[in-house]
Amino acid sequence: MEIDPLIFRLSIFILSIFVGYYVVWSVTPSLHTPLMSVTNAISSVIIVGAIIAGLSGDPQSVFNKSSIFGFLAIALAAINIFGGFLVTQRMLAMYKKKKKEKK
Amino acid sequence: MISANLSAIFYLVSGVLFILALRGLSSPETSRQGNLFGIFGMIIAVTVTFLSIGSFSSGFIFVIIFIVAGGSIGAFIAYRIPMTAMPELVAGFHSLVGLAAVFVAISAFLNPIAFNLGLPGNIKLGSLIEMSIGAAVGAITFSGSVIAFLKLQGIMSGSPITFKGQHPLNAIILISIIILIYLLCSTQSSNFFWILLFVSFLIGFLLIIPIGGADMPVVISMLNSYSGWAAAGIGFTLENTALIITGALVGSSGAILSYIMCKGMNRSFFNVIMGGFGATDDTSSKSSKEQRPVKSGNADDAAFLMKNASSVIIVPGYGMAVAQAQHALREMVDTLKKNDIKVSYAIHPVAGRMPGHMNVLLAEANVPYDEVFELEEINNDFANADVAFVIGANDVTNPVAKTDPQSPIYGMPVLDVEKCKSVLFVKRSLSPGYAGIDNDLFYKENTLMLFADAKKMTEDITKNL
Repeated sequence: MEIDPLIFRLSIFILSIFVGYYVVWSVTPSLHTPLMSVTNAISSVIIVGAIIAGLSGDPQSVFNKSSIFGFLAIALAAINIFGGFLVTQRMLAMYKKKKKEKK
Repeated sequence: MISANLSAIFYLVSGVLFILALRGLSSPETSRQGNLFGIFGMIIAVTVTFLSIGSFSSGFIFVIIFIVAGGSIGAFIAYRIPMTAMPELVAGFHSLVGLAAVFVAISAFLNPIAFNLGLPGNIKLGSLIEMSIGAAVGAITFSGSVIAFLKLQGIMSGSPITFKGQHPLNAIILISIIILIYLLCSTQSSNFFWILLFVSFLIGFLLIIPIGGADMPVVISMLNSYSGWAAAGIGFTLENTALIITGALVGSSGAILSYIMCKGMNRSFFNVIMGGFGATDDTSSKSSKEQRPVKSGNADDAAFLMKNASSVIIVPGYGMAVAQAQHALREMVDTLKKNDIKVSYAIHPVAGRMPGHMNVLLAEANVPYDEVFELEEINNDFANADVAFVIGANDVTNPVAKTDPQSPIYGMPVLDVEKCKSVLFVKRSLSPGYAGIDNDLFYKENTLMLFADAKKMTEDITKNL
């Protein structure tokens, strides 16, 4: 009997939860805000699904009932991807160590 | 056009890069590199999707247009947003992830052929279950985040909104969601799909309205977690590894943050979600304790105390964010340091409106991160410090949490501010904090209350130093 591919995806999912668990516990508390903004950005990888949805129409009519939702999702996810990564970058750039030479 | 196997491998690579992005955040030095890993992972995922679809039809141009449009809005917001508004921004971003998940699910439901899920009206059972879970969680994330955003932005009152029968109503709705998913799967009728979405939007709204302003750290973390589970649900539908890995990462990340926040308040997750904290015994505590004497001072007194100190610990809280006092505070600290006074910052886990909120504000004001300490790291130092400068924090310094088992915040870890030789407490009035209870610290012998706006007071002290 063959194993349903769903089981493999489920395995990846469960193992990723554990990876996430250990990785996130090692995040220093002072970076919890950047952690939230970066998880925001990466969860917008849902844009992958949105692109498939957007391109689901036939070449003659790009827009149909289903692809419109795809395009809207693309725009929303793009806001998040650019906004999320850039604001994280902006925040992280502010975390500086004490300048020793000044004292 | 690349093969399905090859694209699956690339999706796996981008999933691994996302793990490295979070791994980088274990220290500020590696964090910037981590963020680049994340960006790189995203570029790979998007590129592979284009390549796997292959046909660069006219629709492709529209995809680019929508990415550029959304991307410019995102970039514009990212550069313009003040650091004090970070909680609102994150809540807003969560709502977008949720809504995007809903839209992708709708699109897949209307046109399952494009996603290889079967025919309309006859979608594969497994896919339909995954899709409806993704859509429902996405919808809850969306409406919940919108409420959190409105509360944080101050458009909606931060106080808990409760009504009779709230919990039974929520329970009924949650059960009905499960029933609707069952009906949807057994009948494949689109009516059930739309009702499911509507009910999920409704429950997201109802779940967040009873939760008050200072519990927002838990709410934001929780919604962060939901947005991850929604993404994972869609990932299962699309059979996409990158999405599954990311969803799991984000889901567990948000869950851990909620746990840390709840622990910081010594409340169970369930207790926070049920909401309405502090709304109950507000009146009794206010009336009974109003007459107790307090010592109040001005900027001159505060400056005098600090000038004669050899070490000062700063305790910032949400009030500092509201007054935008972080820059003025840094200037004051600079002056103190010139006088060879040792200064450090003590941050309570739930200070502010989201995890790490205070750290970001201090970083913005150019405070080096190695002067900023967490509760456990610094709590023993209060006994040896000369002055504690409490600016905008309240409940997290209340000694009642250690002494009075009757108090609603009893058992919550607090900063041992009262052990300092003297305490300077910047506050606009004597009103109780979020928990609705009086702070015993106000009435201690060694406490000097500075009644003023946090920013103005800090500036005045600097002038007097």
